[in-house]
Amino acid sequence: MPAIKDYTPIVGQGVIDELYLLAEKCKDKIVQNINSTSVGGGVAEILLRMIPFLRELGVAVRWDVIKGDEKFFTITKKMHNALHGVDLEITESELEYFLAINEMNTQEINFIGDIIFVHDPQPVALINKKTQISKKWLWCCHIDFTEPQENIINFLELYINQYDSAVFSAPSFARKLKIPQVLISPSIDPLSDKNKELPSETILKILEQFQIDKNRPIVTQISRFDYLKDPIGVIKTYKKVKQYVDCQLILAGGGATDDPEGLKVLQEVREAAVDDPDIHILFLPPASDTEINALQVASTIILQKSLKEGFGLTVAEALWKGKPVIASAVGGIPLQITHKYSGILTYSIDGTAYYLKQLLNEPEYAKKLGENGRNNIKNNFLITRHIRDYLLLFLSLYYDEDIVHL
Amino acid sequence: MPTPFYFKTGLRLIQLLGIRAKNLQELLDGIETLPLSSIYYHTHRLLYQQLALYPEPPNDFAYWINQSLNIKELGEAMASVNIARFRYVQELRNQFINILNDYIENENPMTIAPEGQEFHFMKCQTFILPTPFVADNIDEFIVALKRVSINALYFHLIESRLRLQNGVNDFSCWLRNIGEEKAAIEIERLDPYTITLEGLRRKLIVIISKYACH
Repeated sequence: MPAIKDYTPIVGQGVIDELYLLAEKCKDKIVQNINSTSVGGGVAEILLRMIPFLRELGVAVRWDVIKGDEKFFTITKKMHNALHGVDLEITESELEYFLAINEMNTQEINFIGDIIFVHDPQPVALINKKTQISKKWLWCCHIDFTEPQENIINFLELYINQYDSAVFSAPSFARKLKIPQVLISPSIDPLSDKNKELPSETILKILEQFQIDKNRPIVTQISRFDYLKDPIGVIKTYKKVKQYVDCQLILAGGGATDDPEGLKVLQEVREAAVDDPDIHILFLPPASDTEINALQVASTIILQKSLKEGFGLTVAEALWKGKPVIASAVGGIPLQITHKYSGILTYSIDGTAYYLKQLLNEPEYAKKLGENGRNNIKNNFLITRHIRDYLLLFLSLYYDEDIVHL
Repeated sequence: MPTPFYFKTGLRLIQLLGIRAKNLQELLDGIETLPLSSIYYHTHRLLYQQLALYPEPPNDFAYWINQSLNIKELGEAMASVNIARFRYVQELRNQFINILNDYIENENPMTIAPEGQEFHFMKCQTFILPTPFVADNIDEFIVALKRVSINALYFHLIESRLRLQNGVNDFSCWLRNIGEEKAAIEIERLDPYTITLEGLRRKLIVIISKYACH
């Protein structure tokens, strides 16, 4: 696990010094994170990375996990899907059970923190404890709130509105709430296996392993095999361009083997690619971070032709590697790419093919896009910015004014 | 004995207001009614987030009008508002209101942003912190100027002048206090909205170094 000082060569001493200045102001507070799982899932991943950094900066942080049985997590999974806009019914008795499990956890958890930082909907009703113990309460939403089902969001808002602040990861997730809402974008870790610099031998070895020709242009999309990532659209795009430019296509990603839809998509993608040996379909096992890193670094152009996207961290990863990226203007992607400046934003297969051909034919322009993209990620989407936002978030609980002199 | 210059830094937390606009009238309504910290955020975000020159309109309003409503003439009018000449955010707000009002009255635009491309109003809360850097004289000032973070530069040159309503950037103010009127004026003449912050740092060092030697 890297230490804070390891990030100095990347972001500069000034950024690291400011983290220590901010942390100093948070030193008398205990921050208690509460979520529903200690392993797997995005929230656990974020906490596993952030907590050691916050502790190294001198902030007292702890992490508690709520308990629940299979019935509870089946209900919260339904909630999760409903918040993503899936049309399904959650019954009154299911909501009552959800609240009962939250109440049981309210009794069991030792609320030792000065700031209780609750993540995602599963433990949202712990806020009922607020009337007894006061403290400052934060609720962080890590999921897409663009088109939630009304009845479930109305139910959750009864609880969300009791917190002191809510945190969302994209502007479009904001709602008309009675409490302040903070925007904290996700981040990538430049020193993780997926993003750290690799020796060229490692990259070459991985290209060899997948039988990819390092001497011809490589166009890559990294994503799980899912209709929303439009892998068939990527193949159609490539085929339009291949008539004019001799290039290769890599579609690489993982996916749960017990996900019937994922396997169906993979099958369709393989069928669409069957007549072209320059299309490489790579179904990667979990823990393939180094392979993904190498494929991104070796690519000439990266595509992210998603039809829907949360934040789109694969775009940030590609931009961080200085790669020219052509991506759909959906979800959090426009936050990362300014069209024709730090990448290309597109809306169709034809548009994507047009720009792909242009960037393959104009490597100097493509290179400039990649450089600007890397700078944007460096300034706004690395883990150091994420830590700074968390520290500011904690402090914001104690100040209402727009300008705060600390 | 003149007061030393205490370098500070400003760090911003972005707040979502939960209000969105899908056409020009709704944009105007937001600009008229939302807090000044929202106007400040949408006109300065690109400066401190990019920390580099940007080819797009320098404020979110102009960018959205251009990109999502595709009204180029109005986008250009909003983009060309010279933020450097305003001393108060309220004046800046009034300028945007006038431009939008004129356009809406004359053109009666019906354009609606495509779904998913609405304008989301936000604001920022700025936290101002002392840094360890202090200067008693010009030589020490230059040494510190080379080392402070880009956020500190942004705070003293831009945020302090406009948002804290000091009217003048902090560097010019201090230089004037120590009798360096010419240096103060030269720095006031810099347009921080058309130079990158690292570029500004280099220019500041050149300007102030001239006066350190005399």
